[in-house]
Amino acid sequence: MNTIIKIKNLHASLSDGTEILKGIDLEVKAGEIHAIMGPNGSGKSTLASVLAGREEYIVTEGEVEYLGKDLLDMKPEDRAREGLFLAFQYPVEIPGVSNINFLKTAINEIRAYKGEGPIAAKDFLAMVSEKSKLVELDNKLKNRSVNEGFSGGEKKRNEIFQMAMLDPTLSILDETDSGLDIDALRIVAHGVNTLKTNKNASIVVTHYQRLLDYIIPDVVHVLWNGKIIKSGPKELALELEEKGYDWLKDELITD
Amino acid sequence: MAYTEKELAKELETKKYEYGFTSDFESDVIEKGLSEDVVRIISAKKNEPEWLLEWRLAAFRNWEKMTEPEWAHLHYTKPDFQNLHYYSSPKSKKKLNSLDEVDPEILKTFEKLGIPIEEQKILSGVAVDYVIDSVSVKTTFKEKLGELGIIFSSFSEAVHEHPELVKKYLGKVVPPGDNFYAALNSAVFSDGSFCYIPKGVKCPMELSTYFRINEANTGQFERTLVVADENSYVSYLEGCTAPQRDENQLHAAVVELIALDGAEIKYSTVQNWYPGDENGKGGIFNFVTKRGLCETAAKISWTQVETGSAITWKYPSCILKGDRSEGEFYSVAVTNNFQQADTGTKMIHIGKNTKSVIISKGISAGNSNNSYRGLVQMNNTAANARNFSQCDSLLIGDQCGAHTFPYIEVHNKTARAEHEATTSKIGEDQLFYCNQRGINTEKAISLIVNGYAKEVLNKLPMEFAIEAQKLLEISLEGSVG
Repeated sequence: MNTIIKIKNLHASLSDGTEILKGIDLEVKAGEIHAIMGPNGSGKSTLASVLAGREEYIVTEGEVEYLGKDLLDMKPEDRAREGLFLAFQYPVEIPGVSNINFLKTAINEIRAYKGEGPIAAKDFLAMVSEKSKLVELDNKLKNRSVNEGFSGGEKKRNEIFQMAMLDPTLSILDETDSGLDIDALRIVAHGVNTLKTNKNASIVVTHYQRLLDYIIPDVVHVLWNGKIIKSGPKELALELEEKGYDWLKDELITD
Repeated sequence: MAYTEKELAKELETKKYEYGFTSDFESDVIEKGLSEDVVRIISAKKNEPEWLLEWRLAAFRNWEKMTEPEWAHLHYTKPDFQNLHYYSSPKSKKKLNSLDEVDPEILKTFEKLGIPIEEQKILSGVAVDYVIDSVSVKTTFKEKLGELGIIFSSFSEAVHEHPELVKKYLGKVVPPGDNFYAALNSAVFSDGSFCYIPKGVKCPMELSTYFRINEANTGQFERTLVVADENSYVSYLEGCTAPQRDENQLHAAVVELIALDGAEIKYSTVQNWYPGDENGKGGIFNFVTKRGLCETAAKISWTQVETGSAITWKYPSCILKGDRSEGEFYSVAVTNNFQQADTGTKMIHIGKNTKSVIISKGISAGNSNNSYRGLVQMNNTAANARNFSQCDSLLIGDQCGAHTFPYIEVHNKTARAEHEATTSKIGEDQLFYCNQRGINTEKAISLIVNGYAKEVLNKLPMEFAIEAQKLLEISLEGSVG
């Protein structure tokens, strides 16, 4: 199986020097779904942000190889153009820019990067109609400004809709389940599962086991205090749900 | 006036510029400085009737007594009015009937500006009255418009061919002594455009004028007069470009619009003059007086996209004199680097049931300052007058400034004015969100800015709207990181 991303000893700090990630090792292969779990403040969202290239974090050590390239050397937009997608925990609103126009711009920028011409209007609209069904996105939302006035659930569904439109190689879902009711959760999970192929991969960052009832991971990692302290099969998630994170902490200390 | 001829013979050498391009065709320039004699020379060069000379001289005497206004939120070194040229015109002795007769240098300049005359003539159906420096070089589509009785010509031509119209309306909306810059313009205006739409005629095409500042150190004093007779309609476009240069240039134009009973004038401007370099050096000083008068049930709509100039001082206004008349002002003003803009509008409600709408979108980036200054005045005669104003500011970066100075004066109990204002900032979060979808920061800013300004851009005629969008993009290049 092909490696999509390989993270080696990744350390990252805030600009004030506070270290958040303290040596992450992780390898994700094509066709896999990895879940990253952990208590609040363990560094889950930081990991997602660092991989996407958010500037407020400074990588102090380690390397990340993405599709054979040095990910950390790439600008955020180039990471996206190379197929890395982040579904945001808090998707931002962009007033005045319609959802459709935003996506069309994104698709055409990615196509231009690959040396392709702009997408034909007809193909684009056909794609919009097909992919929006996947997450049951209301037609009205497509023409509204990006995320403006969307409910929490609509924002998350819109993230998955964008993911479907951009067809990424690696999707990182940052707490996509937070704030979702059970129906929305099911819809989002359905979207993610449908988009799964043997050529792409996902990293699902979550606080709760709940999402993993719907998106079945191949591997579960537990992140604690900036490090992955345990990895295991999907059953690990259930164990965490039952016992909480403290038993791992204890285990770590006794180790 | 024999001595005038002597002055005429004087030719100043055409300077070469380090930046941008300047056209190489011969120019005919009056020596620097402003005096009653200079006013007389200008008038004589244009072979003007006595009444117009008197009108200019009265304006000049007025101007001499006036001082430059200082109330605007602008900081600059005042121009030395005695160190400017007040007249320059491309040297062409005879009247031109076809493009072949136009100086090839001038044609080349048009090409650089991306406005090939031929294409415009054939493809867009736009009648274009080109103004290079001061003299109109060529008026196209004139005959076609002539069939409808529409007059669209250079100002000087109109003075000779339609003196009764010019005399009747010139200075009626912007009196010669209105303000410092209007008085200056009235004294020394060189040329401009004149447009008259007869009763009941809907002008079938957008009328368009391209201005261009060309001669070094030449103050530009354009004069535009648009008269829409009863129940007529016209859409007028004004677009401006100028070559880059390392020197401040003064521009003080006057635009007067007159919409008689039931008439409608739509006046759109895209202004992208040289704003100075990224250190605030050079750039054009733009002090413009634009005002329209609405008679009964008439409507005037100003739409402007202001991206250029080092200094912008401009308040396109409407006097809603007639009952049921309407005024609109849609504006996008962009400032970047060290640009300063103080712009807005005045809506003066006099008639009953008059309405006005103001939508102003300011965008500030770099170290620039962008101010909206507006007055909504409802006189005691303006029963049931209505105004809605929305003034939004968008900030890019943390070194720029946005200011709003709205003045609302309501003297009639049944009149109502509404004012809304917002200030927002393009956030790092928004930019990162766009980046994460494959959109680079510059493109993201343009996407967000165009979204923000959409309400105004939509008011522009199609081709103009596209051009304006590109301009916004270019103007904000390099405004972030």
